[in-house]
Amino acid sequence: MLSRRELLQSGLSGFGALAWAALAQDRLARGTVAAEAPAPGPLAARTTHFAPRARQVIFLCMEGGPSHLDTFDYKPKLAADAGKPAPRGRGRLLGSPFAFAQQGQSGLWVSELFPQVARQADRLCVLNGMHTDLPNHAQAFLQMHCGLFQFPRPSLGSWVLYGLGTENGNLPGFVTINPPQTNGGAANYAASFLPAAYQGTRMGARNPAVGAQISNLRNVRRDRDSQRLQLDYIQSLNRSTADLLGGDSSVDGLISSYELAFRMQGELPPVLDLSEESAATQALYGIDSAGGGGRAAGPQQPGAGGPAAFGRQCLLARRLIEAGVRFVEVTSPGWDHHRNLQESLTNSCRAVDQPIAGLLTDLAGRGLLEETLVIWGGEFGRSAAAQGDGRDHNNKGFTLWMAGGGVKPGLVHGRTDDYGIEAVEGKVHIHDWHATLLHLLGLDHERLTYRHAGRDMRLTDVKGNVVQEILA
Amino acid sequence: MKRTLSVGVWSCIALLLGPWLAVAGETDPPAQGQATETSSQAAFFEKKIRPVLVAQCYGCHAAGEGRKVKGGLALDTPSGLLQGGASGPVLVPGKPEESLLITAISQTDPSLAMPPKKRLPDTVLADFTEWVRQGAFDPRQGDGATPVRPPKEATRHWSFQPPRSVAAPPVQDPSWPQSDIDRFVLARLEERQLRPVADADWATLLRRVTFDLTGLPPTPAELQSFLSAPSASRFEQVVDRLLATPAFGEKWARHWLDVARYGESTGKTVNFNYPHAWRYRDYVIAAFQNDKPYDRFIIEQLAGDLLPYDDLQTRAEQLVATGFLAIGPKSLNERSGLKFELDMVDEQIDVTSQAFLGITVACARCHDHKMDPIPQADYYALAGIFRSTETCYGTVAFINARRTAPLLPLPPEAFPPAALPRLSDGERQQLEGRLADVRRRVEQMQDPTQKFLASGQISLLQARLDLFESDGYPKLLAMGVRDKPAGRDGGRGRRFGGFPGFSADGSRTIADSPLYERGESDAPSSRPVPRGTIHLPGLPELRIPSTTSGRLQLAEWIASRDNPLTARVFVNRLWYQLFGRGLVPTPDDFGQSGLPPSHPELLDHLSLQFMEGGWRVKSLVRSIVLSRVYRLGSEGDSRGLEIDPDNTLLWRNTPRRLGAEQVRDAILAVSGQLDVKPPVGSAVARAGDGPSVQRRPGGEGLGGAINDPTDTHRSVYLPIVRDNLPEVLALFDAADPSLISSDRPQTTVASQGLFLLNNTLVIRAADLLTRRILECGTLEERVTLAYELCYGRGPVPQDIGRAREFLEASRRHRETNGQAVRSDDREDWSAFCQALLASAEFLYRL
Repeated sequence: MLSRRELLQSGLSGFGALAWAALAQDRLARGTVAAEAPAPGPLAARTTHFAPRARQVIFLCMEGGPSHLDTFDYKPKLAADAGKPAPRGRGRLLGSPFAFAQQGQSGLWVSELFPQVARQADRLCVLNGMHTDLPNHAQAFLQMHCGLFQFPRPSLGSWVLYGLGTENGNLPGFVTINPPQTNGGAANYAASFLPAAYQGTRMGARNPAVGAQISNLRNVRRDRDSQRLQLDYIQSLNRSTADLLGGDSSVDGLISSYELAFRMQGELPPVLDLSEESAATQALYGIDSAGGGGRAAGPQQPGAGGPAAFGRQCLLARRLIEAGVRFVEVTSPGWDHHRNLQESLTNSCRAVDQPIAGLLTDLAGRGLLEETLVIWGGEFGRSAAAQGDGRDHNNKGFTLWMAGGGVKPGLVHGRTDDYGIEAVEGKVHIHDWHATLLHLLGLDHERLTYRHAGRDMRLTDVKGNVVQEILA
Repeated sequence: MKRTLSVGVWSCIALLLGPWLAVAGETDPPAQGQATETSSQAAFFEKKIRPVLVAQCYGCHAAGEGRKVKGGLALDTPSGLLQGGASGPVLVPGKPEESLLITAISQTDPSLAMPPKKRLPDTVLADFTEWVRQGAFDPRQGDGATPVRPPKEATRHWSFQPPRSVAAPPVQDPSWPQSDIDRFVLARLEERQLRPVADADWATLLRRVTFDLTGLPPTPAELQSFLSAPSASRFEQVVDRLLATPAFGEKWARHWLDVARYGESTGKTVNFNYPHAWRYRDYVIAAFQNDKPYDRFIIEQLAGDLLPYDDLQTRAEQLVATGFLAIGPKSLNERSGLKFELDMVDEQIDVTSQAFLGITVACARCHDHKMDPIPQADYYALAGIFRSTETCYGTVAFINARRTAPLLPLPPEAFPPAALPRLSDGERQQLEGRLADVRRRVEQMQDPTQKFLASGQISLLQARLDLFESDGYPKLLAMGVRDKPAGRDGGRGRRFGGFPGFSADGSRTIADSPLYERGESDAPSSRPVPRGTIHLPGLPELRIPSTTSGRLQLAEWIASRDNPLTARVFVNRLWYQLFGRGLVPTPDDFGQSGLPPSHPELLDHLSLQFMEGGWRVKSLVRSIVLSRVYRLGSEGDSRGLEIDPDNTLLWRNTPRRLGAEQVRDAILAVSGQLDVKPPVGSAVARAGDGPSVQRRPGGEGLGGAINDPTDTHRSVYLPIVRDNLPEVLALFDAADPSLISSDRPQTTVASQGLFLLNNTLVIRAADLLTRRILECGTLEERVTLAYELCYGRGPVPQDIGRAREFLEASRRHRETNGQAVRSDDREDWSAFCQALLASAEFLYRL
């Protein structure tokens, strides 16, 4: 893949760059400007600490805490002892109402809730020994994203962008689709003390009052040529200032950022346009052809409708990754199944099953899965004890899975106790998970630091061990 | 305690220390080969030795807690243990019979018997003897490669010494300097064979100083009168005029609000409004406008509630000032009241130490500070002060928001402004009707989830009603702090976990705080730490009466002329704002991990001048901007760029982009939209209590108000909802209100370009600016007015030529395409005006 600098120099970046190149040629011909080399800004692609196993990340975030006991962590003893008092006197055990079966050559246990994902079992690396610090949504959600919840910290995606830069300077490097307003809200994709350039770009916010999509991509007044004319004038004013200051790099940076902005507004809308995808591809993601083919990911209501909404978001994620975005997070809300587990969890799973399976299939078919790390999961798991007809929170043992770049496929790592209450073997804390994700991207979590408030800060704070057992 | 501790108590102590011990093990992992042996030795030490050292010896022999180490013997670090004290080494590893430590605790020699007035049990004696025989293995933190820095050495750090008065140095070119500031700067430049560049021209200087002092661009009229003024002192006159404008306070308050992490919502896990935070904002603005002495400013923010007052206006102002301690981010869904209190106190210690002292004390919550002389005990001495303080931040009980607090009522006789209009009888009836309606429906609800949600709605409606007195006038409330009640019987009345004055939810009365090992709320030390502060050379211990929290004593200690940090830190902040870089480049870190000052004598000179002049901010700003250094041009110079590219030595005035507020204010100002009259309250105050962003029952939340296009007040008055800043502020690097910010990053990213090219606010401003300049007749006059408004200078002939070319090209393009929204030349002029607003010369202060 080309670096950002190479990309800019080659002009291989879609219509925007071509238009710009043409105009630049024109300007060169008129002798008004010298050819400009892009400054190595904060988003320039960077060398890794060691050879990376994956280049990009798609994080499928199930907000609310999906039940591990009803999906990927098969507990026959829980079913056998259903109705008995749960250990440590907290309610009665609730066996999973869903049937489990072993899948693929690997024989991974997957419940009937994920019939399509089950067919991808040989691609999954399932971590059944996950644990996190607290059973509260907000804290656990923030910890999953930022490592700590006690203090504002940069998001995982921001750290990755800071560590790797971006492959496509015409697009944002870290995109988050449909992020929650609650559970820490924007703090989950904030750059915090890292420079603002590493902040996540929000698309399709759930609350329309706050604004959706990427801001300011369209000009309501001027067509492209007329805006180019105006930009040429702005740039000539800028160059006068740069000349006056005699080699001030910051105005040079402003000049290149304007060119970037101009190319981005040309390049991003086509990436967001899903109608370019074939009917077969759309079907693969579970996008209903009758209501589908929409331009971009719209707001998704918890538990509402079928897989179309999440399917569109997954397809958009693939298009962004394909276009060189470094880190894409897609959030599916409403996994907090305190009540009516049987029906509500079924609905939640149905909304994501086909899209996730489609995404894995599509990435593999395009040769992207090898270099893309797909991660799935929520902030914690659910209790073995019944809470009415649902399950309560459980931070001591739960499941996350990964697929693609650099992880062993068809593997289960870690184990909870017989009732799935607590991780007992192959325990992986969120810090360890973060350390492992960075490792797969070629980054040493102890060396990826940023100085703030007199300390070299890390995503993993002072903790974190790479889970060697799952590395391919 | 005269009795010997029972075995049960020993193991308790060991348990309490457990987590901390684990950390010590992690920092110093034993070498691979010896892992098993050392881990069993470590276990022996942790189980048998350390608890005894902590309980029996640290009281007198710990450099951290005891401060004055008796007999020069510190037993709380491995190095101290090995070094010994006044009587020589106390430990000979492998040889208990030669070790003074063993002699002392076996009490065979009465002159050396330890601990005093009691004898340790024989089993303990046997353990110590065995431990020394096996080599006295000591796994404590700081062992081996990274010895703990003795506090004595750390206190020698430059910033902990009092500022010294030094005469300005001689310079080779005596004609250049116009003040002592200039002499200090020029001397350093001459050392490196650097010359300052030429002075900036008058127009540039006017624009620079107007932005720096007021955050606004100069008007064309101000430009004309400045350029045509004959007097040699015209610059001085301009500076005095600007210092006297209300805009000065609005500009400089914003910097302090960055430092004070000002925000109008809780942020963090569940984001709830602080509808009364704006009073603190207005207090800070007024303080800078009225040139409140900085020492007074400190004391009011930390202890305004404890100060005497002559009139109720002063009382109200002093109460509002303490909002400083209340406006921090909070996690309202915290289940444990104790943890919530410890986190809030931690945040208060953090902001107090960083804002005023430029050091990070909060590191010492879990362990002794790694770099600076701040032992963990000092942190808990401070924690005792803040735990004896009640923080009144309000908020409403709601789904997942458990931690509410009262607010401070302001004396109505002081006539504080109110953000809300009077509630009419009709409105009250409507609200009460809705409340009754929801209550009625809740009665009939079966589903617990529905009931739960409805209870939130009830809370919000009730909170709305609670904002008003019974006669409909809004209640006059502020965020702030007050002392908790003094404990009955000296605090012996209530006990929790062995500590007077505490309950499961934290402290209820004025009381000292225990030390929490590793910062964990379930690991309090056996004895509380007396309330106090960190130890700086030359400063006395705080004397805190048992009936007060100690905030006033702490505030006076910080605001003391003997405090070596306070004036330096603030002077450096001012310098940072005026030059884009501090004399100390790390304004939030004056400790050992920060960078040393580039001009230490100048920093001391200004700090002393600041204190001797009565801590007056305006005089300090005045003397700095009247220096010749400030008036230097900003153009690059090949030698300067080569030798000192960061301009550390100040050979030029560093050009830089305007701050986020200034970008917006300037766009509004030049397009004639800026409303300079300050608003009362803020959008958050009008929205009232409840979740900041989430849509809620009975309201739209703040969504639209955060980016309200019709709001044309200065940016300092925009709603500051944590994690949801107004777009223009977030884009141009405004401070994150959840962090204590001494400096702002300057990013140049494409999203800023997209904003300036496409945002309707900018396009609208360009249209309005067009309307303004089209009142002039000729193209030259129009371009001149636009340049004067946007750039604070008239155009040179090339500027006019280039503008003419662009307007012509735009007209041709418009006529050939015929697609433009408007079909006359206003469209071309609007494109021209927008181009100026988007250009570097507008966005930068040169």
